[in-house]
Amino acid sequence: MRIHWTAVYVLWRREMIRYFRTKSRIFGSLAMPVFFLIALGLGFRRMPVPGTDGGTGYIGFLAPGIIGMTLLFSSSMQGMSVLWDREFGFLKEIMVAPVSRVSLVLGRIAGGTTTSMIQGLLIFIASLVMGFRFRGPAALAFGLVFMVLIAFTFIGFGLVFASRMKDMQGFGLVMNFIIFPFFFLSGALTPLENFPWAIRALSYVDPLTYGVDGLRAVLIGASSFPVLVDLAVMTAFALIMLFLGTYFFEKSEGI
Amino acid sequence: MDAIRVDGLVKTFDGFTAVDRISFAVEEGELFGLLGPNGAGKTTTINMLATLLRPTSGTAAVAGFDVARDRDAVRKSIGIVFQEPALDGRLTGRENLEFHTMMYGLGKTERHRRIDEVLTLVELTDKAATLVEKYSGGMKRRLEIARGLTHRPKVLFLDEPTLGLDAQTRRHIWDYVRKLNKEAGVTIILTTHYMEEADFLCDRVAIMDHGQFVALDTPARLKDTLGGDVVSLELEGDTAGFLEDLGRRDWIKRSKFHEDVLSLTMERGERRIPELVVMAQHHGVAVNCVQLRKPSLEDVFLHFTGRTIREQEASQSERNRGMMMGHGRR
Repeated sequence: MRIHWTAVYVLWRREMIRYFRTKSRIFGSLAMPVFFLIALGLGFRRMPVPGTDGGTGYIGFLAPGIIGMTLLFSSSMQGMSVLWDREFGFLKEIMVAPVSRVSLVLGRIAGGTTTSMIQGLLIFIASLVMGFRFRGPAALAFGLVFMVLIAFTFIGFGLVFASRMKDMQGFGLVMNFIIFPFFFLSGALTPLENFPWAIRALSYVDPLTYGVDGLRAVLIGASSFPVLVDLAVMTAFALIMLFLGTYFFEKSEGI
Repeated sequence: MDAIRVDGLVKTFDGFTAVDRISFAVEEGELFGLLGPNGAGKTTTINMLATLLRPTSGTAAVAGFDVARDRDAVRKSIGIVFQEPALDGRLTGRENLEFHTMMYGLGKTERHRRIDEVLTLVELTDKAATLVEKYSGGMKRRLEIARGLTHRPKVLFLDEPTLGLDAQTRRHIWDYVRKLNKEAGVTIILTTHYMEEADFLCDRVAIMDHGQFVALDTPARLKDTLGGDVVSLELEGDTAGFLEDLGRRDWIKRSKFHEDVLSLTMERGERRIPELVVMAQHHGVAVNCVQLRKPSLEDVFLHFTGRTIREQEASQSERNRGMMMGHGRR
């Protein structure tokens, strides 16, 4: 199927205009991760965390987790923004456009990834203010790779859910019973090693686990899995979720 | 070539048949109307033709392309103005139009020219930089109509284009739709539940009820099926001779005499009134009052469905309420 790059660009631009026009949304969605950083970062700052002997402290452990959390929430919301467009009628305008459905999905992914990355980077900066230190520019570059993979994965995930739901009713359900468990199971706040084995088994199928672990590996040099394992698993998740998101979006009826 | 060709089109939603085996063709350049109460299946029909819904069975081709197999080609050929606003409120009027024209692949200069053109046309030029969420209902509608035109579609679908608009704006949009059809040659399919709108605008009208077409013809011929105009005469005096004389005229299709008022059905009633008055005088009957009523599409609707469109809508919403309550209980 042909890709119409103009359409991808237009959808991306629309997302940018909307994002920067609603400042309240930017700060609103940053509030929770920042509170987590402050409350947990200060509260547990003297707690020893296994596996982080490099003197990074709890903030070193926590910051990659909160960056992952920010990406998780903002990307799944972006994927599910199809639901908002359906609610406000604009989805019909998008669906009658004479461009391939793949272009529509790519446009949404491009817009969603950009806004999620901006959010993630803002939290990254906030953690620096909180005393987070990382291993230098190369670490940041590799960190960005993991951030993009997390964003792709959960945008695809959001698209799948948005295509299966006809209205906003199921939205809260998805948030509470899927997104939040993804967050807590990922080891974003607490080391995986502390979980009992039954819960840890669930953590191993949570994509965010590998995203956060990968971020820790490259940013602070401490992780549960080898970094290449994290990278391979995250890439696989990202590709699968993008494929599924596209597939379900194409299959769903326009309105 | 026909702009639209529909053959045995069906759409069912969870066992409810919204569109029930309709077939019709629309010629290029025609202004075609789908008239019917809410819930008759008009919007579902339009959505299938615009590739937004997949037909359950049957086939439909728009501008020569099959709506199920050749969706992109169909999308390229059509413009659509939806019943419910389909605008992004967080964008300005101009940004909405830019989004649209870029999606349709127009170049930059062409885009700006056409956007300015359509904005002038719907008189929104000075509101172009305002966020659409601040627009009134009428302004949104005008912007949507403008948007449907920017890419010069071959076939334009208008789903209840004047719903909820004030009389002046409605008139304005009517003139515009006509002009577009006659001068630019755009084939237009519009749905409406306003009788006078269908009558005023459409070359041909399909009357739709419960997912089916109950009649399809030009407004004039549809009205002719009722046998013509009704002339009512309020009479005074001895009417026996006059009535007997009238009985011999074969151009009178029906006659009814009730409480001094004589109602006669005939074609071209306005031409017969003088003759009728002269006849009455001849028989020594005084005519106190004459009324001529042209049949409207409302009468046609009544004729074919046995109810007025208003009654039909009332019962339809009753039915929908019943269905919803049914869902609630489950």
